[in-house]
Formats: sequence, structure tokens, C-alpha cells
Amino acid sequence: MEWETVIGLEVHAQLQTKSKIFSSASTAYGAEPNTQACNVDLALPGVLPVMNQEAARMAVKFGLAIGAKVNKRSVFARKNYFYPDLPKGYQISQFELPIVGLGKMVINIDGKEKVVGITRAHLEEDAGKSLHEDFQGMTGVDLNRAGTPLLEIVSEPDMRSSKEAVAYLKKVHELVRYLEICDGNMQEGSFRCDANVSVRPKGQKEFGTRAELKNINSFRFVEKAIEIEIERQIDVIESGGKVVQETRLYDSVKDTTRSMRSKEEANDYRYFPDPDLPPMVLDDETIEAVRKTLPELPDAKRTRFIKEYGLTNYDAGVLTSTRALADYYESVCSHVKDNAKLAANWVSGELSAFLNKESKDITESPVSAGQLASLLNRIEDQTISGKIAKDVFEAMWASEGSVDEIIDKKGLKQITDSGAIEKIIDDVLAANNVQVEQYKNGQEKVFGFFVGQVMKASKGKANPGQVNEMLKKKLASA
Amino acid sequence: MLINNDDVKKIAHLARLALTEQESKDFAGSLSRILGLIEQMNAVDTAGVEPMAHPSEAALRLREDVVKEENQRDQFQAVAPATEAGLYLVPRVLE
Repeated sequence: MEWETVIGLEVHAQLQTKSKIFSSASTAYGAEPNTQACNVDLALPGVLPVMNQEAARMAVKFGLAIGAKVNKRSVFARKNYFYPDLPKGYQISQFELPIVGLGKMVINIDGKEKVVGITRAHLEEDAGKSLHEDFQGMTGVDLNRAGTPLLEIVSEPDMRSSKEAVAYLKKVHELVRYLEICDGNMQEGSFRCDANVSVRPKGQKEFGTRAELKNINSFRFVEKAIEIEIERQIDVIESGGKVVQETRLYDSVKDTTRSMRSKEEANDYRYFPDPDLPPMVLDDETIEAVRKTLPELPDAKRTRFIKEYGLTNYDAGVLTSTRALADYYESVCSHVKDNAKLAANWVSGELSAFLNKESKDITESPVSAGQLASLLNRIEDQTISGKIAKDVFEAMWASEGSVDEIIDKKGLKQITDSGAIEKIIDDVLAANNVQVEQYKNGQEKVFGFFVGQVMKASKGKANPGQVNEMLKKKLASA
Repeated sequence: MLINNDDVKKIAHLARLALTEQESKDFAGSLSRILGLIEQMNAVDTAGVEPMAHPSEAALRLREDVVKEENQRDQFQAVAPATEAGLYLVPRVLE
């Protein structure tokens, strides 16, 4: 039988506010355990939550960016469950009236656009962390994360493959970073994802029973976990069984998913409006003020890059993957004349390779956009060849000086003096009689050999265009 | 009975409350009476009435996003039953 997969994703994005959603404790990552957990976060008796306006603004910003309905009136509710990293015994979330209503995202699959519906996005607080290593036979609890604002973004069950799920997740990831509402760090858990997965016979209208996959903290794992789960569900059904609705945990080491039964029992959350928090009401003025802070969004930037800089779809995609990289590229372009393509090659090629090698972010690049532009201008005015430019770049990366200083210091200036090049060519031809004969007998492949020899003799400094041209002439008359 | 003994036991478990057999029977009775009252209210036609999320007319007060809390871990942990390495210790939770 042919099966169809149905996937919906729930993304938890930690909002990058300075303080928590309902308390004034810091949200900074990596502090000593419990040094950022105040009396509100600890749920001491008598404390009351006070809402962080920045968290509300960030949620509105997301809603506006996906063209969703932003609810001017939204309500906080208590989601009740028992777990030690949730000291209140309930999580403050939004249930019936979330801050962001229906919206959509457009993803690109093999060159085709596909719309994925967003059901809603709501504000809630994060829980603390339980450490299950043995502490005198007990569990340790760190509540620094408790109360960190989260935006939970819930998609419609619109995706039909793990590939689509990853494309959607990447799109959301890119957007929240563009909007500067979430740092997107999956390792630190500031961007997390649960996947609802089910299968059904192709052509059937009703959805199959779904399983919720948790603990998938990288794009690669999302794809793998979904694949593994699809296989499992098809196996269950084809061997005569039934898929049960449950939460399953992905184990990346064993590459399997396993049932989390303990969680099932607790799945009656007994939501009710939180009496400590009256409805949140946002006026038009606030929403319009947020709209003014919207940056150029990734899709619009990509389209503009293709038009304005004549880039391919692929190059534009790479260069707009983050706002910082796009800004860097545009800054380089503003300093080079009419050579946006060369700039694109260098930013997405050499520069990105160096950044990757040292796990650096574009904002930490030792070579500034202005410096890279000067290097490209030296290629453009033929002071150096593209090949030599790579050596210069490496020296710039190691902070050995400015472009011109490095070229001077290392004597890398390109040889464009035709007399000098001619001399080198003559020497090479004289030393390689055999190959000259071969060339004359129609073996044109040896031409490359001559170019190589001349470049080698000039230590890579001869202008390759001139070498080609002059070699052809010389060989023709040889 | 709108709520039976098993319902009470389930709710008690979710809230981690220990009830005796007698208590859970008693609660089944009192909770059923509360729900009975709500059933009565269900008779009222509320079509067109916006559900009330909060009894007061007030809107939520919003605060500036500023860190004001200082580290008071020592004071908080002085009254905790068990701590180690800065962590609060609780009876072992197994997944």
C-alpha cells in the first residue's frame, strides 16, 4: 500500500528579552544554577506575575511578519501539570485566546513554493531544568530557565514529508532571527521543536492517529526522527496493529523513538484563565509602532538581491541566510564597482570557509567588509590575480596588515609587463621542446601544461589573461 | 453522580494529592454538587455573550524589560529541604 505522511510542527522559540516574562530576573544563558531564579520563578507564596511588555511586542512582531491576525485582546491561562522543574504546578500559557492567530509561511521545495499554515502562536513561560544524575539518590533542579519567555508557534498539519518539515523549520528559524526576537541557538535550547507525525493510506481524507515526537534539537535530527517514526508507524499498521496516540522521545544515539508513557497520564492539563493576570489588551498604536520596526524580510531581500545584484537564486539564498551576512555582503558591494558577482563568490566562498573553519559568526570576521572590498578592487584593477588574492586574504585574516601593505610586503603584485611575461614564456618554451613538438602535432592539451609552467615560473604573479593570449601567439609562430 | 470515585482519584493523582477511600468518596459527592450547580447555569441561553476571562475590567499591566532581581540564592536555599551544587534537590524523578 502507498502511504502518505502528515506532519505538523510546534516550535518553541525563546524570546530574547533581558528579563523573564513574569519576573525581573535575568534570562542570560549559562549562569550558575539558580542564581537567576527569583521568588516569582520559585513560586514562593504570595508572589504575583507582572508581564514583560517586550515579550508581547516580540510576539506581535512575529504575527505581523507572517501576515497573521494579531489579537488585540489575548488571555493567559494556567496549564496544570506536576513536575519538579515547574514549581507552581502550572505553566502560564495562552489557550483559547492566543496573541497571534491564523497566518502562513511559504516554503520552497525543489524550486516549488508551498504554503504552510500557521494555526497560532502564543506566549508562555519556559520551565526549569531537571538534572537526573545522581544527587544522593535525588533529582537536581535548576530554575534559571523557569520563566524565560517562549513563543510557541503551531503549524497546521500541512507538511507531507520530513524534507518539507525541515524546510519549514529552517524558514521559521531564519525568520525569528531576522526579526531579532530569538537567537535560534538549538544547542542551548533557545529554539526547539516537537513534531506531530501520522500516516494514512494515500488518498484517504481522515488523518491517521498521530504521535508527538519530542527532544529533536537539530535540523538533521528532525529529519531523521520523522523518517524513523514514519517507518515505525507503517510497520505497526502493516503488521496488523494500531498506532496509539502518545508522546515519543527521539534517541539520536540509537536513532529510534520510544514511548514516554509517564507523560500520557498527565495529559489532562485542566486549563483555565489565570486569575492573577487580567486579559492583555494591545492598542493600535502599540501594534503600529511594532510594525515600523519590521526589517526587510528574508523573501523580499532574496528577491531584491537577485534583481539588484544579478545573483542566482542559490547565491541570493546563501547570502540572505542571516541578516548579518546580508548586511556584510551589501557593505562589500557598496565599495566595489559593478562586481557584485565577484563579491558574492568571495563572501559565500573564501570568507565563509574561513569563518566555518574557526566556527566564527560573520560579525566576528577579522576581515571587515571594507577590507574585503579593497582586496576585490585589487583583483579588478589587475594588481593581483584571483589566485594570489587567496594568499592575500589569508594574510588579512591573520591581521598581517592592509591589502596594499600585504601585496607590497610579499611582492605579490601581478606581472602585467608584457616584456617580462614574454621573457618567462620564451624560457619555458625553450626548456620544453618535446611538448612544443607535441603541440605542433595537434596535441592541444599541452597548452594547459605551458600555462602552468609559466605561472609557476612567475610564482603565480603573471596575469593569466595575458599569459594565455601571448602563449597562443608564441606557439602559433614557434 | 457527575463525578465518580475514579474521576476523583485521577484528578488527585494529577495534583499529587493522597486521598483515603473515604475522602475520595466524599469529594466525589461534593464535586458532583458543584458541577450540578454549573449544569443548572447551562440552562441559561448565553448565545452572543462574550466569555469572561477575568472578573475585573482591568487590562493587564505591562512592565519594562529590565533586570532588577539580584542573586538571592543563598537566602532561598537556606529554607530549602535539600540542595547541592546550587541545585534544589527533590525526590528522584524517572522518565
